[in-house]
Amino acid sequence: MKNTNVIVVGAAAVIIAVVGYFAIDKGRQASEAQKEIARLSADVERLMGEKEKIEKEKELALRPSSLTVVSWGGAYTKSQVEAYHKPWVKKTGIKINSEDYNGGLAEVKAQVESGTVVWDLVDVELSDAVRGCDDGLFEPIDLSILPPGDDGTPAKDDFLPGTLYECAVANIIWSTIYAYDKTKFPGDKPSTIADFFDSKKFKGKRGMRKGAKPNLEMALMADGVAAGDVYKLLSTPAGVDQAFKMLDKIKDDTVWWEAGAQPPQMLADGEVVMSTAYNGRIFNAQVVENKPFVIVWDGQVWDLDLWAIPKGAPNKKTALEFIAFSTDTTRNAAQASYISYGPVRKSAAPLVSTHAGTGIDMKPHMPTAPENFKNALQNDFAWWADHQDEMNERFAAWLAK
Amino acid sequence: MTSTTANDAIIRTAEGVPLKLKLLRTTRRNRIVAFCLVVPLLLFILVTFLVPIAVMLLRSVDNPIVAETLPQTVAALEHWSGQGVPDEAAFAALAEEFTLARENRTIGRAATRLNFELSGMRSLVTSTARTLSRGEQGPYKELLIEIDGRWGEQKTWATIKLIGQRYTTVQYLASFDLHYDAAGRIVAQPEVRQIYVQIFMRTLWVSLLVTVLCLLLGYPVAYLLSTLPSRISNMLMILVLLPFWTSLLVRTTAWIVLLQTHGVINDLLVWAGLIGDESRVQMIYNMTGTIVAMTHILLPFMVLPIYSVMKTISPSHMRAALSLGANPLVAFWRVYAPQTVPGIGAGSILVFIISIGYYITPALVGGRTGQLISNFIAFHMQKSLNWGLAAALGTVLLACVLLLYWLYSRVVGLDKLKLG
Repeated sequence: MKNTNVIVVGAAAVIIAVVGYFAIDKGRQASEAQKEIARLSADVERLMGEKEKIEKEKELALRPSSLTVVSWGGAYTKSQVEAYHKPWVKKTGIKINSEDYNGGLAEVKAQVESGTVVWDLVDVELSDAVRGCDDGLFEPIDLSILPPGDDGTPAKDDFLPGTLYECAVANIIWSTIYAYDKTKFPGDKPSTIADFFDSKKFKGKRGMRKGAKPNLEMALMADGVAAGDVYKLLSTPAGVDQAFKMLDKIKDDTVWWEAGAQPPQMLADGEVVMSTAYNGRIFNAQVVENKPFVIVWDGQVWDLDLWAIPKGAPNKKTALEFIAFSTDTTRNAAQASYISYGPVRKSAAPLVSTHAGTGIDMKPHMPTAPENFKNALQNDFAWWADHQDEMNERFAAWLAK
Repeated sequence: MTSTTANDAIIRTAEGVPLKLKLLRTTRRNRIVAFCLVVPLLLFILVTFLVPIAVMLLRSVDNPIVAETLPQTVAALEHWSGQGVPDEAAFAALAEEFTLARENRTIGRAATRLNFELSGMRSLVTSTARTLSRGEQGPYKELLIEIDGRWGEQKTWATIKLIGQRYTTVQYLASFDLHYDAAGRIVAQPEVRQIYVQIFMRTLWVSLLVTVLCLLLGYPVAYLLSTLPSRISNMLMILVLLPFWTSLLVRTTAWIVLLQTHGVINDLLVWAGLIGDESRVQMIYNMTGTIVAMTHILLPFMVLPIYSVMKTISPSHMRAALSLGANPLVAFWRVYAPQTVPGIGAGSILVFIISIGYYITPALVGGRTGQLISNFIAFHMQKSLNWGLAAALGTVLLACVLLLYWLYSRVVGLDKLKLG
């Protein structure tokens, strides 16, 4: 019995020892495996990290070194350089190659149709944005790339109604007004749009944009047509005749300008005593260059400027990033501290404060300020898209006679 | 014996090759070498001159946009009498193709093309296509007219039929201020849109005037240059050539500085008390500016050919005429002047042809009334984007030049042309 016990105990001990050995061995093996796994996973992580790094580098290498952004030149481009370009370069390291043009679709069309697109981004007027989109000259833009406003409002609610389009994203509200040199009018001063067309009461040369838009609208408003009825009347032949008849009154006293930088120059040179102009250009002359110019807001015609990407642009992806960047709340509001063009984001409007150079309050200089907005007309892009061929042709014929 | 004589009749070279053959080979080789030397220039002219002109001719009649976007509709309209509105087939084809074109994003181009002919077509086409793409079903005639009443108007369909032609003459009609009315007759444009005939006449008139002015100013200069001793004439020649070598833009800008209302000439006149400060003369940004600047810029083109012809006329001719009893005027007119005709012809045709297509100077100093046809071609290239009309105007201009060249060769004779 005792023997049996010894044997049992011995066997048990042997079994335990054996099992224990195996167990310990297993454990050792397991821990080794675990170590191996850890080592491998560390390797994998390292490799993944390297892969990511390489991909990032690749992406950086694929990113263009510069972006060609085309705008209207002068004080307006300068404001964009300050508000958009400089912060963009700081953030991304991608240089901006800034070019100037005088509006219209001709250059975009020439580039797209010849297949040599060099512009990445163009600042266009609304009627051109819509027409260019219809004609397939601009890339459709995925509006979901636009960031929400600072207050968290989604982009599509934050942008003012009528500022987002299939191929274009608005960045500012600007206006065509007329301005005069107050030193040239010691007595009575022009105060209404009708005064601009009254060369008997206010003598001297006028400056006007060489084109039908928006001279026809201004002519009708000067003839006493209410802003709301202007396009209704222009849609009739009699209305167009009426507008040209008003233009006839000052035809011989008018100097025609094409680039936005010309009117302040012409006023400063004394070549004209009053001129239609883009309001921001006159603001720049008043505030930055201390010129004695006065803006008459009565009968202003306001419009949008939008970003659009020419079809086949070399750096489309980066251009989209630039659009998203430059139209966020901060940048949209910052733009308004360099030139008196209004922001298109609701969340940006309260952020508009003072002029960057002189510290004056910007709000009263905005086209949309209530004091300035009493008799204002929004440029009707649909009407112009339909009628610009006929009106520009007739205008050219009228001008040459 | 006879065979030997026959063989001897052929003159052979030292190697025994018939001389005729050898001669032929040598001249052929020379011809090929000469041709090879000319090839670069030939190719250059072909690529930079003939091809663009051919493309321009094509573009002035080529009208593919609507024919390609709406082929079925255009086909359905072929049988339409042009009275009232077409039948359901045309409406259905239009609806189907509008939907398709909207998906392909080609509808805008068609709308733009149609809008050049009839204002309002752009919005009509794009808005109708937008409505149709919501999946509206026929019968399409009622549907379309319900979408927009203009689909029930004859002129809408007449425009599509007219612009649907693959090749068209509408651009040429437009170049002469004509157009097709809704009934398909060729009629004049309304008066407020008439412009090109007047501008073509103005361009011809300005070119002629500039040519005459250049001749009047250039002839004495050339005479002086050719008769003075070469020491002085060489110096004067540099004065003629100096502006010729100066940039066109610089010369034009110089005229702006001189002629503008607060420019040198007006300031001088006011200072001299000839005119009041209020009544300064407008000499630039109008026709006067264009003519003055163009005459100045084109003067060397007149002086140089006349000078080179005069240089070859022996002074003994005049002396002979004088010694034979002619007074100086008669001698000049009967003996000297006829010999300079080749130079006058070359100079005149050069100045005339350059000025008929002049662009940059009128654009800079022409203002409102001094614009020429080239400025309108540029307008349609750059502003209105109506390249078809620009091409047609360019072709008419080219035809004008060729016609005048032909007239010149008939009246004066091209053999009388001497460019130097």
